[in-house]
Amino acid sequence: MMTLERPLTKNIKPNTPPMGLHAYQAAGGYEAVRQTLGRVAPADLVEMVIQSGLGGRGGGGFSAGRKWQLMPDPKADPGPRYLVINADEMEPGTFKDRLLLEGDPHQMIEGIILSAYAIQADISYIFVRGEYGTAITRLESAIGAARDAGLLGRNILGSSYDLEIHVHGGAGRYICGEETALLNSLEGRRAVPRAKPPFPQISGLWGRPTVVNNVETICNIPHIVLRGVDWYKSLGLDGESGTKIYGVSGRVKSPGTFELPMGTTLNDLIEHAGGMREGYQLRAVLPGGASTAFLLDDQLDIPLSFAGVAKAGSRLGTGTAIILDDRTCPVGMLHNLQHFFAQESCGWCAPCRDGLPWVERILAKIESGQGEMSDLALLDDIAGTLGPGRTFCALAPGAMASLVSGLTYFRAEFEQHIHTKSCGWT
Amino acid sequence: MHLTPADIAALGEIVGHYPHKRAACIDALKYMQARHGYVSDQSLEAIAVLLDMSPAELDEVATFYNLIFRKPVGEKVIYLCDSVTCWMLGRDKIARKIQDLIGIRQGETSTDGRYTLLPIVCLGHCDHAPAMMIDDRLFGDVEPGQLPGILEPPD
Ligand SMILES: Cc1cc2nc3c(=O)[nH]c(=O)nc-3n(C[C@H](O)[C@H](O)[C@H](O)COP(=O)(O)O)c2cc1C
Ligand code: SF4
Ligand code: FES
Repeated sequence: MMTLERPLTKNIKPNTPPMGLHAYQAAGGYEAVRQTLGRVAPADLVEMVIQSGLGGRGGGGFSAGRKWQLMPDPKADPGPRYLVINADEMEPGTFKDRLLLEGDPHQMIEGIILSAYAIQADISYIFVRGEYGTAITRLESAIGAARDAGLLGRNILGSSYDLEIHVHGGAGRYICGEETALLNSLEGRRAVPRAKPPFPQISGLWGRPTVVNNVETICNIPHIVLRGVDWYKSLGLDGESGTKIYGVSGRVKSPGTFELPMGTTLNDLIEHAGGMREGYQLRAVLPGGASTAFLLDDQLDIPLSFAGVAKAGSRLGTGTAIILDDRTCPVGMLHNLQHFFAQESCGWCAPCRDGLPWVERILAKIESGQGEMSDLALLDDIAGTLGPGRTFCALAPGAMASLVSGLTYFRAEFEQHIHTKSCGWT
Repeated sequence: MHLTPADIAALGEIVGHYPHKRAACIDALKYMQARHGYVSDQSLEAIAVLLDMSPAELDEVATFYNLIFRKPVGEKVIYLCDSVTCWMLGRDKIARKIQDLIGIRQGETSTDGRYTLLPIVCLGHCDHAPAMMIDDRLFGDVEPGQLPGILEPPD
């Protein structure tokens, strides 16, 4: 078997502090920056990233290069331009960006320098959730070291390109991960989403052209630049490019993160996590965080690519799988998930603000044995009013993904709670 | 309450990262909270003046976030993850054990003022569920039996 390449995590060793500037450079770090700044035209870099097939790792899979291409020409629209890194990572079950931020902060910074250069941004903010204190400290110290080495600030490496990076710590609200709510939060406003269009590339931070990208997306850039488009494409399976930082949590033997070819099957991923713990069977999987629909145990051969999971009726999302085992109450799990979404609804639009708490109350009622059969029809109805396109942002439709699939797949358990007037699970 | 010259210098440094002052408001709120345990009305007003915001506007921001406290909390804040993987792997047992040990339920502060227990959303430590934080220290794979040592670490 081929040895797997792990470009994103090659420098990361468990329970070890991250590489400092010297070690990072000795391992080939910042070479991509040296080869690019002042030598490659920004538009050519954008084109390269388009050709690489890199899809956004924040959950949507949208081409990173095409997103960048929507930035207006700086000559036509002079003034500040921003690159914002989305390191909010509050999607339940997701712990991949933490690994990249804590494990190799210089890789994050190198990715930012290249990406900011490509879109000709002069300031980058890394929006990190407030709970990631270690990530914040490590990023700040790496930024300091990079600045002292002339890799940030004015006239970087004599290229006449200027860039500052600032770390912006959040204060805890899931909606801040939605890219336009994030911009409001960064500006010091109430973090509710903005209407699109205009898209951030046209009117983003303080009304200026802005790109928002996920941590993992940007960490890919130095490797694409250094090793080339063909190499990058060859890393992936199932027609998609690169590697993916997958994760597994739940009752598997070795939960954790695994950098594997994009498009690895769910079966293989679970095998990397050691398979199920003794005494537990896999029942279903949320493949990419709390906002994705359940897959059942007969769907484990699907490739975990954006297209592959979509074809199976769910979404790759963040690629961090949550395993439901046969000894956990599915109704209880859905109640827990909906509690999260109800609490984190930003309250901006009525269907979500009122609908999610209603869903949560009905699930609580069913779980405690007070439910009626009509509640199931009611849940179906409410789910219909919160589906894609019905609310201001994707939070509510994301919340409905597990509910709608769960109502179908776990119908027997729902009815059992109602008929026996109790939850038979301990 | 006044901001000391040291406060103003520290906050001024953060304000300098942004073209508009109010973008520093979360950092400023967190700064006051780190110094005083929570954001009092007086702290709120002082920051509002510094950042050219009205206190009402700033309060709207402050109350939106889970990590900003507008009321006093215990000396140590215990954040116990209540999201899906931790729920599956026994976070309710941890909550019960904490109640046995220090007599507080979620949302409560112990009578001696030492601890506040709060639920928190996924800490991004799901591969070590159940997870919790005490102030900014992260704990994973927590078992009820370890809690006495975690809550009262031997100095
Ligand atoms: C409620 C909600 C929360 C989100 N949270 C995150 C997040 O924590 N991190 C992230 O990168 N994207 C998150 N997203 C997706 C972002 O809106 C955006 O699509 C992403 O940051 C774009 O980056 P990418 O193109 O590199 O994937 C969230 C979206 C929604 C609707
Ligand atoms: S769908 Fe929910 S989270 Fe999104 S804007 Fe509406 S209320 Fe806010
Ligand atoms: S679910 Fe508890 S840390 Fe993620």
